[in-house]
Amino acid sequence: MAAAARGCGGVWRRAWQRGAGGPAPAPRGQRAVACNARGGAVPEGKSGLAPWVPVVGLEIHAQISSNSKLFSGSQVQFAAPPNSLVSFFDASLPGTLPAGYQITQQRVPIAVNGSLSYSLCIDNKMSQMVTKTVRIKQIQLEQDSGKSLHDDTRSQTLVDLNRAGVGLMEVVMEPDMCCGEEAAAAVRELQLILQTLGSSQAVMAEGQLRVDANVSVHHPGEPYGVRTEVKNINSIRFLAKAVDYEIQRQIEELENGGTILNETRAFDSKLGCTVPMRDKEGKQDYRFMPEPNLPPLILYDAKSLPANLNHQQVVNIDWIHERLPDLPSVKRAKLVEQYGILPEHSFTLLNEDGLTEFFENVVKQTQMKPKKVIGWILKDLLSYLKQHSLTVKESPVSSFLLADLLNLLEKKEISSTAAKQVLAELWKGEEKTPLEIVKEKKLELIQDQKELEQICQAVIDGQENEVMAIKAGNRKVLNKLIGLVQRETQGRSNPVLVKQLLEKKLSQ
Amino acid sequence: MLRASLREVSGASPPGEPPRRGEGAPRSGVAAAAGRARKVSAALKEGHVTPTELCQRCLSLIKSTKFLNAYITVAEETALKQAEESEKRYRRGQPLSVLDGIPIAVKDNFNTAGIETTCASNMLKGYISPYNATVVQKLLDQGAVLLGKTNLDEFAMGSGSTDGVFGPVRNPWSYSRQYKEKSVPKSHSEDGESNWVITGGSSGGSAAAVSSFTCFAALGSDTGGSTRNPAAHCGVVGLKPTYGLISRHGLIPLVNSMDVPGILTRCVDDAAVVLGSLAGHDPKDSTTVQDNFKPFELPNLTDVSKLSIGIPKEYHAPGLSSEILALWSKAADLFKNAGAKVIEVSLPHTRYSIVCYHVLCAAEVASNMARFDGLEYGHRSDMNKSTESMYAATRREGFNDVVRGRILSGNYFLLKQNYENYFIKAQKVRRLIANDFVKVFGSGVDILLTPTTLSDAVPYMEFIKEDNRTRSAQDDILTQAANMAGLPAINVPTGLSERGLPLGLQFIGQSFQEKQLLTVAKWFEKQVKFPVIQLEVKRHDHGAFQHQKSASFS
Repeated sequence: MAAAARGCGGVWRRAWQRGAGGPAPAPRGQRAVACNARGGAVPEGKSGLAPWVPVVGLEIHAQISSNSKLFSGSQVQFAAPPNSLVSFFDASLPGTLPAGYQITQQRVPIAVNGSLSYSLCIDNKMSQMVTKTVRIKQIQLEQDSGKSLHDDTRSQTLVDLNRAGVGLMEVVMEPDMCCGEEAAAAVRELQLILQTLGSSQAVMAEGQLRVDANVSVHHPGEPYGVRTEVKNINSIRFLAKAVDYEIQRQIEELENGGTILNETRAFDSKLGCTVPMRDKEGKQDYRFMPEPNLPPLILYDAKSLPANLNHQQVVNIDWIHERLPDLPSVKRAKLVEQYGILPEHSFTLLNEDGLTEFFENVVKQTQMKPKKVIGWILKDLLSYLKQHSLTVKESPVSSFLLADLLNLLEKKEISSTAAKQVLAELWKGEEKTPLEIVKEKKLELIQDQKELEQICQAVIDGQENEVMAIKAGNRKVLNKLIGLVQRETQGRSNPVLVKQLLEKKLSQ
Repeated sequence: MLRASLREVSGASPPGEPPRRGEGAPRSGVAAAAGRARKVSAALKEGHVTPTELCQRCLSLIKSTKFLNAYITVAEETALKQAEESEKRYRRGQPLSVLDGIPIAVKDNFNTAGIETTCASNMLKGYISPYNATVVQKLLDQGAVLLGKTNLDEFAMGSGSTDGVFGPVRNPWSYSRQYKEKSVPKSHSEDGESNWVITGGSSGGSAAAVSSFTCFAALGSDTGGSTRNPAAHCGVVGLKPTYGLISRHGLIPLVNSMDVPGILTRCVDDAAVVLGSLAGHDPKDSTTVQDNFKPFELPNLTDVSKLSIGIPKEYHAPGLSSEILALWSKAADLFKNAGAKVIEVSLPHTRYSIVCYHVLCAAEVASNMARFDGLEYGHRSDMNKSTESMYAATRREGFNDVVRGRILSGNYFLLKQNYENYFIKAQKVRRLIANDFVKVFGSGVDILLTPTTLSDAVPYMEFIKEDNRTRSAQDDILTQAANMAGLPAINVPTGLSERGLPLGLQFIGQSFQEKQLLTVAKWFEKQVKFPVIQLEVKRHDHGAFQHQKSASFS
């Protein structure tokens, strides 16, 4: 992500619309809208005559990861008891400056004219990835609003100001996307970037990342269609669904001779469709004005930084830039280069929080080639975690234990079949080392060649038909014999060695 | 009276004995005392008077002058407690500062922990703030005794102190011998009751409180002249410091970019002391300057020959009374005759100041008042049809017409389609006005000398013939530009009108040059010898009382 603008971040405030409400109002009122679940975005009308071009833009609010709110000392904490994180300032008591309205940098954003590159796979094949770019119009600081819950039957409104005043960064993406999948991939990449930088935890389920999608459709060569804004999307999967649904809905509406209203719609995740939100006030004019209580925040770079200023008290972009961690795209490229893994593997590594670190730790502690390690990480570890809905950090098998196990395999002390057995034991989390399990279960490879030869001979002696077939030139049957030896040894034999022994005996 | 009559006070009410209610300052011996009057602070130090006596004295005066309606809330109990604490400190010989034990009053738009803060509005009636405004805290930290909260126009929007929910403030000079002798009673039946004049505003309660001797200093606020205007009408010193010198944290905002806490005292020296105790950076107000402020004592200027006094010709405004014009010329001559350079200067954009202010003020009011929605504090309507209808009803019931009018026009100015035409334009004009001052001061002028008001205070009955907006436009005309430019300005009581009412002149200084401004003001104050109010209180009290000598504490 690149930020082109440097300079002053002035702040603006709204003349009204404070406290409750704001970026993510709850949907209320009618929901009884007929809707069908629809498939993915196929931007083609059912008439099939003129193709439709869907256009998708996103507005993303990311909660800034901080101990305190933007302008007050109140803590920021998810799911705290209602109104337990409210200072005098957050409640906008008379005389607290500047309070009582939401403050935004809308007209003087902290950065403008940026871009974000993201990758997605074609036809769901991990091996076919394309990289796309979406322009970022601006990034600005904002204050979050409070939350209001409406009880229509009792005609009551309950207000929770815990969230009021928490710092948000609003990222405005230009309408450069064309389907749910693209929107989802772009948001996922942004989420990774924010998490890498530590500027937001960006957990959508906790409201730390809120996405509003602007969707419209038009015919090629024609101006953009009327757009709708879809809100209340609380996961990346739902984002893709919501956008695709909305595209299809608009196309059908238009093909049936209808019109699209410039309206706000909410995504109903249970029904898988978007429904209009009750919006009594219609178009909002927030009546912004500059905030006189906050002096401009001046961002300097190494060139513009005045010498006489205390460097601790100014923001020097170059200084911050030097200390930034690798962004996900750089990290992926480095992983591919350093470990010789496939690019798609690097995506999977980064997509799971902590998986890259896990992988790198294993690699450090084992002689096994990273290319082989990645298989164990992605096929065995990850699928197990997914099955049990665990995060990488919650894995019962540490990187140390896995490395231990892979070392046994690498030193040919156990077979890979045995290694899987050991891993299955390790998941139980009984604090046994792989070696202990190997010993306990007698899974070591038979190191005694004579013993192995005897077993091989016994197998040959018992399979006359197979031996005949092999000798007649059907080499495939050899695999059956190898399998039988494995069974006989309960997987404790090295298949390569067994093959050699069998071949030797059969050629005699 | 306190400076002059301290000995008498202690004589009249020895420690332990409650002050005689409604007695006022004793007449005997006051004149004699005047010459050897000690500063109150010194008197406290020397034990001639105790903080408790001083406090009781003031509380009793507040009661006897209740008809002035200067106070909305009198915090008798806490004031006496504070006085008691102060007394202990004096007994230990460890007063906190010059202000220790000094009774003060605070305009009711500053937050005071534990004492109601109303802004003279239904919206905040009964509202008790959990915190002290920074300026209030600073005064308390230095031992000052907070007597109560003073009356104002609702949310400080006005120039008469007539538009608050607690009723108008009466100018103490309405009840002065000076006024009574000179004003011709229209008929015997009226008996002066309908002749009472306004205090000016919006800090009229604070001005009246200082003028009627019920406190030694009071805080006001000044957005377009709200401290200087009532100071002029009530014959007291009214200082509007440079924007950014004093914290606004806890001052309920009117126009954030122009509001400053104002200081009302009976002499320039006192204003300097209070300023010294309030100035300085406040982390809770980002617009306060970081530079360290050093409190100063004012020198007694003997030579003004190095001074260059500017007389801005635009302040010769339409409607300026001939007696104020004459007073202004006389003051200019006074400087000239004393050897100062007096030159006519021009601030060409001054005439756009009021209309520009109207737009900026309304816009900020619209935004500032958004917080009053009945949710977290203050008035909440019973209307419960919907949240929106509750907001609307709360605001309709809570705000008066003036406040609602400014909110509506402000929201109009801030609409997308109007923003460029009104708000942006007004900001540009504001810049031009500020630049006028920069140019004049850049040309070598030290201080500007102007009238503070167009005329003396008008009777209430006459004042209310015009609406608030018209009055504010007329009354702020000479004070407003200093707020636009953020400059320090001070009203110095100068003389009495033909009707026996105070007239004041204004000095406008350069940004953060308060010391120079106050030094010149002090010199001027000394030359003009403004007469002391001879307050005669009849009918409203058990007996007549009279003040013959003003008092300072420094």
